Amino acid sequence: MMSRTALDLWVGIFVAIGFAALVFLAMKVGNFSGINGSETYRVEAPFDNIGGLKVRAPVKSSGVLVGRVAAIRFDTEIYRAVVELEIDKRYAFPADSTASILTSGLLGEQYVGVEAGADVEMLKSGDRVLITQSAVVLEKLIGQFMFDRAADAPPAQ
Amino acid sequence: MNAITAALRRIGAMSIDGIWRLGFATRFLLAVLMNSGQSLRRIHLTIRELFFSGVLSLLIIVVSGLFVGLVLGLQGYDILQRYGSADAVGVMVALSLLRELGPVIAALLFASRAGSAITAEIGLMKTTEQLKAMDMMAVNPIARVVAPRFWGGVLSMPLLAALFSAMGIFGGWFITVVVIGVDDGAFWSQMQAAVEFEYDVLNGVIKSAVFGTVVSLIAVFEGYDCQPTAEGVSRAITRTVVTSALAILALDFVLTSFMFRG
Repeated sequence: MMSRTALDLWVGIFVAIGFAALVFLAMKVGNFSGINGSETYRVEAPFDNIGGLKVRAPVKSSGVLVGRVAAIRFDTEIYRAVVELEIDKRYAFPADSTASILTSGLLGEQYVGVEAGADVEMLKSGDRVLITQSAVVLEKLIGQFMFDRAADAPPAQ
Repeated sequence: MNAITAALRRIGAMSIDGIWRLGFATRFLLAVLMNSGQSLRRIHLTIRELFFSGVLSLLIIVVSGLFVGLVLGLQGYDILQRYGSADAVGVMVALSLLRELGPVIAALLFASRAGSAITAEIGLMKTTEQLKAMDMMAVNPIARVVAPRFWGGVLSMPLLAALFSAMGIFGGWFITVVVIGVDDGAFWSQMQAAVEFEYDVLNGVIKSAVFGTVVSLIAVFEGYDCQPTAEGVSRAITRTVVTSALAILALDFVLTSFMFRG
């Protein structure tokens, strides 16, 4: 039978390794120090079409992660989709900023891109982003393209 | 007619026996929890069990995690490079390990490495009437023998699962970045962009804690409940491994459907 101090040492090593693995997973693999812990403010953005946007999708400005999509609902008063954006307190945006739904890469996930406006007023919690641009729906785009081509084509002989 | 009643009677006996065992296991869990005070007050008892179920499982967990990560890296690279997104291999390795493979495989290994040992130890103690002797000396065998083993398993399982995932990610990094030549920066940055602490890491830890509790309970219960014969002990060990594996996989489905419904 092992002596008590040796046993304690081994268990101490085991627990230390286990917690080191947890810290590694939290810090290096996930970004624990990211948006999660910090304070946020919520703004709403109405869209005609959100395409495939999902809750918890990133909110980016100039490609930098500034927040996440908190909720998506359909507003029956204006008959449009309303997306709630949770933006980090560190990033304030002018009140006339624009929000658009973009796709990262050709097949990537959809995210909300925020472009800063020029207003002196800043967006506050509960405000609405008034200028928005909907997701690009591929079917509509193709339909428009076909329609334009048909209109441009010379009349059949 | 007689054959039908006999068959029905067998089904009835099996159902009653199953329900009785489930109820007995629940009451046993309550008894273990009520008698846990001593294993926390005399912490050395629990530390000793942490050594047996945790430290002695380190090697198999580390080696298996490494190899699972290596294989995930190879397979992930092979599939993802067909779509020109080999950089995302880090995301695939990290998410599959943190969410599923880490907790599940670590728990399966833990059940066959530590769970079977716990069952064998308690079963043999029962067979050689050591538990009865303790009872005669006014030492509660549940507080002295069962509870420390239960808590040792519960505490070591999340740490082992985290270690398994970390080793797996290291293995995936080694095979894709060092051997194949995927860009190191893209590997980590894509992984960090996709993995969230609360959603992925914490849910994996919760899963492994649940598996640790279930496997430890099954192991101590089967040991305590075994037939006090050589054959009975061997059957109890088999039941521990089989029941644990089934419970882990079934619970994993239930937990996943609650946690990751999207």
